[in-house]
Amino acid sequence: MSQETILIGLAGVLASASPLIFAVIGETLSERAGVINLSMNGTILLSAMGGFAVAYNTENIVLGFLAGMLIGALVALIVAFASITLQQSQVAVGFVLALTCRDLAYFLGNDYMGVPGPRLQAMPIPVLGDIPVLGPLFFRHDVITYISFIAIFFAWLWIFRTRPGLMLQGIGEKPAAAYIRGANVNLMRYVYTIVGGALIGLAGPAFSLAIRAGWMGTISGLDGFGWIALSITIFGGWNPVRGAFGAYLFAFLQWLGLVLQPVLTQVPSQVLQVAPFPLMILTLLLVNIGNAEWVERTLAAMPESARKIFAKMLRAMRTSPPAALGVPFERD
Amino acid sequence: MIKNRLGNLSYQLAALLLAFGVVSLILLSVDASPSEAYKNIFKGSFGEMRKFAEVLVAFVPLLLVTAGLLVTFSSGLWNIGVEGQVVLGAIATTWVYRFYLDSDLPPTLIIILAIIGGMLGGAIWAALAGILKVFGGVNEIFGGLGLNFVATALTIYLIFGPWKRPGVASMSGTVPFPDEFSLPLWQNLRISPWALVIALIGIVFVYFLLQGTYFGLRLKAVGKNFRAAYLLGIPTWQYSMYSFLICGALAGAAGAMQVAAVYHRLIPSISSGYGYLGLMVAMLINYQALWAVPVALFFAALNIGSIQLPIIMKLDSSLSGVLQGVLVLFVLLAAGVRQKFGRKV
Repeated sequence: MSQETILIGLAGVLASASPLIFAVIGETLSERAGVINLSMNGTILLSAMGGFAVAYNTENIVLGFLAGMLIGALVALIVAFASITLQQSQVAVGFVLALTCRDLAYFLGNDYMGVPGPRLQAMPIPVLGDIPVLGPLFFRHDVITYISFIAIFFAWLWIFRTRPGLMLQGIGEKPAAAYIRGANVNLMRYVYTIVGGALIGLAGPAFSLAIRAGWMGTISGLDGFGWIALSITIFGGWNPVRGAFGAYLFAFLQWLGLVLQPVLTQVPSQVLQVAPFPLMILTLLLVNIGNAEWVERTLAAMPESARKIFAKMLRAMRTSPPAALGVPFERD
Repeated sequence: MIKNRLGNLSYQLAALLLAFGVVSLILLSVDASPSEAYKNIFKGSFGEMRKFAEVLVAFVPLLLVTAGLLVTFSSGLWNIGVEGQVVLGAIATTWVYRFYLDSDLPPTLIIILAIIGGMLGGAIWAALAGILKVFGGVNEIFGGLGLNFVATALTIYLIFGPWKRPGVASMSGTVPFPDEFSLPLWQNLRISPWALVIALIGIVFVYFLLQGTYFGLRLKAVGKNFRAAYLLGIPTWQYSMYSFLICGALAGAAGAMQVAAVYHRLIPSISSGYGYLGLMVAMLINYQALWAVPVALFFAALNIGSIQLPIIMKLDSSLSGVLQGVLVLFVLLAAGVRQKFGRKV
């Protein structure tokens, strides 16, 4: 394989991960505030369909992206209302919405099946795009991919380097303490769930108006991406940078599956397409196993020198969810 | 108590009306007549004996999955991996059939072995989710989802790889099994009375397990308060594993029925989404086994009835999913509104 092909392939990996990046960042914000938005798989499909339909009818691609964000925000609003105001199970409501929005997308998208529509064009950045290697890799994408790069940085900055971000961590970890410090916990949870939902809703048009332009109903191949994004959020340990790394890793593995296909002819192509999933489970196991009780007991029983090494390894991989994730907050 | 029940019923009725109202609006938004759509769904499911038999064909796996999920929900587990457990049940059943393809054993015995094999297959897949949860600290929702994808991949690998049809492998599945491997059908309809009996045994078993046994009581204690149950001396993680195994076995039986009574081979979409639909049924009936039969039948009827919609009205058949989802959503919201505001009135 020539260097050129590899470079184009890797640039493709960066672009094709952009919807996952938006979804992972959106979910990270929502979960950081303490609300699991399990509807993601349906939200992405519905916003992909809705965004495409709006862009097609208005012939305005920006409106398509905005429509996707609006859909994501509205679905998130239902999750927020049910879980924050009504204190119902976030998982139950989110799961129902995941299925319902998916079916709604297939139902309403019937008229747009296979219709040729608008597509976001690549927008190489003048000077920067001409740098060897880095140019084709980072600076010859479409706008939405550039925005995905910027979003990773800003989400990280917001969560870890600003005062409101510190408050966000607080309402997810110790809502009672944040409340005493003057935070309106439930209002902030509403805001972050809705903003997160809008970002998740951006993932849909990022598919249907950019990397997989068009709406193909059940054969769009988008069903499942929301669940993947959910796993990547955990893999990323609720950190946008680490989550983005997970999204790129996933896109890379899928690309690798395609590239290796001619070499591994005896393996059906459909199997290579899903190869990342067992790896996903494995990584989930690795980042979670440090939280299991028996691991701690085993560690405690180990000789001093071995324990130090193992504990260090586990701690490096380990991630823990925000302490108040999924727990309603009541002030009293 | 009676007044409370009536109050609850009125909230559920309101949820039902709202759900139909919203779906009617969705139908109007695509210029379709709601009444005509509902009429076609009804005619497509209860209109003639042949169609009602199809409803029962869908009812069997749905009821088995729901029965299994009532057990995991009782122990406080969100077994979203049930979809993959159905798939593994189907794979294991197919495997047993292939193993005995040329044997001299009586076909009836082979069918029984195949169904038991399916239940074991489902239970093993559920055990994986359980082990990930109990020993790996992986939330059952994420472990289960991952395992679902792996199960689908495994099915496709088998159909296109080791179990492919002689000549060319295709999405139509493996080579159909001989007729004597099929559960006997009712006259010339597609429903097997045996499958129906197995499904009903499944839900009755779960009903008594949860309502009438010490095991069920302890299972529910684990679900209500894991920590308190542990302090009371209930072996909590073992009970979590038991409930995974029971649910997996019932989901595996659903997969076995899909192979032994419906498709007579392994196909890529063998689970038909009944696992996820079972989760919806369980939520809608608020985890009460008593209501599983009518609600599962209603959902099966919606699924089958909507198959007609693309042909007659040029609407996508996913309307049934929208209706089911909106209904469950409103029931959940109504329960929340009742808990939050109901008492003050």
